[in-house]
Amino acid sequence: MELVTSVLAIAVFAGASLVYAAVGEIVTERAGVLNLGVEGMMIMGAVTAFAAAVASGNAMVGVVVGGVVGGIMALVHAFATITLRADQVVSGLALTLAGGGLASFLGQRLGPGGAPLVGMVGPRFHGVPIPWLSDLPVVGPALFDQDVLVYLLFLVVPAVWFFVARTRPGLALRAVGESPQTADAMGIGVYRVRYLATVFGGVLAGIAGAHLSLAYTPGWTEHLTGGRGWIAIALVIFATWDPRRAVLGALLFGGVNAIQFRLQAEGTTIPASLLNMMPYLLTIVVLVVITRFEALRHRLGAPAALGLAYDREERT
Amino acid sequence: MTAPFRIGLEKRLDPPPYVRWLVPILSILVALGFGAVVIGLAGADPIEAYLQILAGAFGSPAAWLDGEFYAVSETIVRTIPLILTGLAVAVAFRMRFWNIGAEGQLVVGGVFVAWVALFLPELLPGIPQTPWVYLPLMAVAAILGGALWALVPAVLKAALEVDEIITTIMLNFVAILTYQYLFTGPWKDPEGQGFPGSAPFPEFAWLPRIGGRVTLGLFLALAAAVVVWLVFDHTKLGYEIALTGENPEAARYAGVRRAGIILAVMLLSGGLAGLAGFTETAGISHRLQQGLAIGNGFTGIIVAWVAKLRPGWIVLVAFLLSALFVGGDQLQISMGLPASIGAFFQGMILLFVLGGDVFSRYRLRIARRAHVISAEG
Repeated sequence: MELVTSVLAIAVFAGASLVYAAVGEIVTERAGVLNLGVEGMMIMGAVTAFAAAVASGNAMVGVVVGGVVGGIMALVHAFATITLRADQVVSGLALTLAGGGLASFLGQRLGPGGAPLVGMVGPRFHGVPIPWLSDLPVVGPALFDQDVLVYLLFLVVPAVWFFVARTRPGLALRAVGESPQTADAMGIGVYRVRYLATVFGGVLAGIAGAHLSLAYTPGWTEHLTGGRGWIAIALVIFATWDPRRAVLGALLFGGVNAIQFRLQAEGTTIPASLLNMMPYLLTIVVLVVITRFEALRHRLGAPAALGLAYDREERT
Repeated sequence: MTAPFRIGLEKRLDPPPYVRWLVPILSILVALGFGAVVIGLAGADPIEAYLQILAGAFGSPAAWLDGEFYAVSETIVRTIPLILTGLAVAVAFRMRFWNIGAEGQLVVGGVFVAWVALFLPELLPGIPQTPWVYLPLMAVAAILGGALWALVPAVLKAALEVDEIITTIMLNFVAILTYQYLFTGPWKDPEGQGFPGSAPFPEFAWLPRIGGRVTLGLFLALAAAVVVWLVFDHTKLGYEIALTGENPEAARYAGVRRAGIILAVMLLSGGLAGLAGFTETAGISHRLQQGLAIGNGFTGIIVAWVAKLRPGWIVLVAFLLSALFVGGDQLQISMGLPASIGAFFQGMILLFVLGGDVFSRYRLRIARRAHVISAEG
């Protein structure tokens, strides 16, 4: 029982950044924009959030800065792919590659007085146990003894789900991702919706990075995100574009992390790298299953116009 | 109040030929100019930095006169895998098959090479233990490894229409984790004193060097570029690849079998990436160890795209990007700027080339409109 409790708590803690990034990417993709730059936006969010937290002495300032930086990077992607109609796949990859390089560069410059950030100790988020609730068996520590950014997810996930699935602007968002031509004819500003959705995704990716550098692994090291941005993109498919299911997926990915910590502590014979592989293989399996059942895929919400640039003058 | 001018994009119906090469070159220059601003903001002298990158990547005239070509030879060393991964990506991207998995295919190629070099001599002692036999065997193993790894997303796409972007990315992680497991676990050198890596390859499995650390792999990469150029421009397969990429409907009516093309393209693409695993293990590290998965597969995407998927240009762009890597390392030593500046430049170049591409497809049209409206009103 104690094992389940602790694994669950670590899973939530480890999965939080994945939920932020995946929920952001879900909104972006729902508008028909594929942004493969999540990893780059996350790592830029992580480094700038930590730098801002160190400079201001306030971790919350870091979160805001990380979110803004993520949003600015997404704006670059939006400009390239929506206005200039550049290829979405390549633009996103460029964002990831440029972001990774720039983050390493900044990490050596953004400390106080231009010092490197590596190895520096700064403000961070601590767990804030909620009285009574955190004492609940099994789920108590997992849900009610976490940091502020995890608690914020209790609001963000339902809000985004409700917005996408139940509101008029959410309907517009889905229409744009499903058929920009039809949406345009309905009087929806396709470009505006796509810009907003892409920037929103970037802001959440930046906050995801901030959770890493300010809570999960406080501080800055190169390659801090370690491929989490890619996992978030996989989670979007895993969750079939539904924020609620993204939480489940993130718990699974985070849980694998947690179990692996435990197993290593107990001296297991299963190599860590083989265990680490499971989420990636599982993602492929899920992808095959949802593709296999086209009807299922449609009902689950894969945006039909995902990855396609929209050119008003070429409406047919 | 609307602006007096409206800036719009107008499709070029018939792009003039100079646009094709002028736009990318200008884009790269603008990206480097942007890089200068970033260096300036970081508190360093941009001109000094670029001179240092040039010196770090190519050496100096004084050094050349002394017969010292270390810098440029290191740039060529890094160029070799980038040519191969660039070609690998170009083959797939030409038919709009988004193979983001060159990194994993390279790694699996390297693993297959290591297996041949480490275990085949003991398993089949009858095979003559000379470079003449072993190097070709290892190269074939590399191609097989990369092609097999690429076959997974290819089959999933051809048979089930599974999105290749995600599968190739996921398989990168699986490949890298498998390779790390091998050289830290079952293939770990028992005499390595805790050093994580396989035993060294026997010397007959080393790719001969032709100067500095440059190996025969250079000719292999150049030959691969010629082969890909021949396939693209002079074979039916090349035509079908391009046609499928540009217009899948037309390709279908022309009788191109989509599944067959996907499989052929990915076998070729994966094989080329696998070959990069061969030049890196048999030519440089001579064992399986950390450092095989350093992003050459991803940089290959930049190489291929900036080179507009053309084999000849890929060789040039690979050399240019390699110079940025090697020169970037130099910046760290001489000016204390992080070496990662090279990776940042490359990402920026890709972004600017990508964005600049709009000017080869569209023309800027600036129209006055306030006056027109008032004249009519």
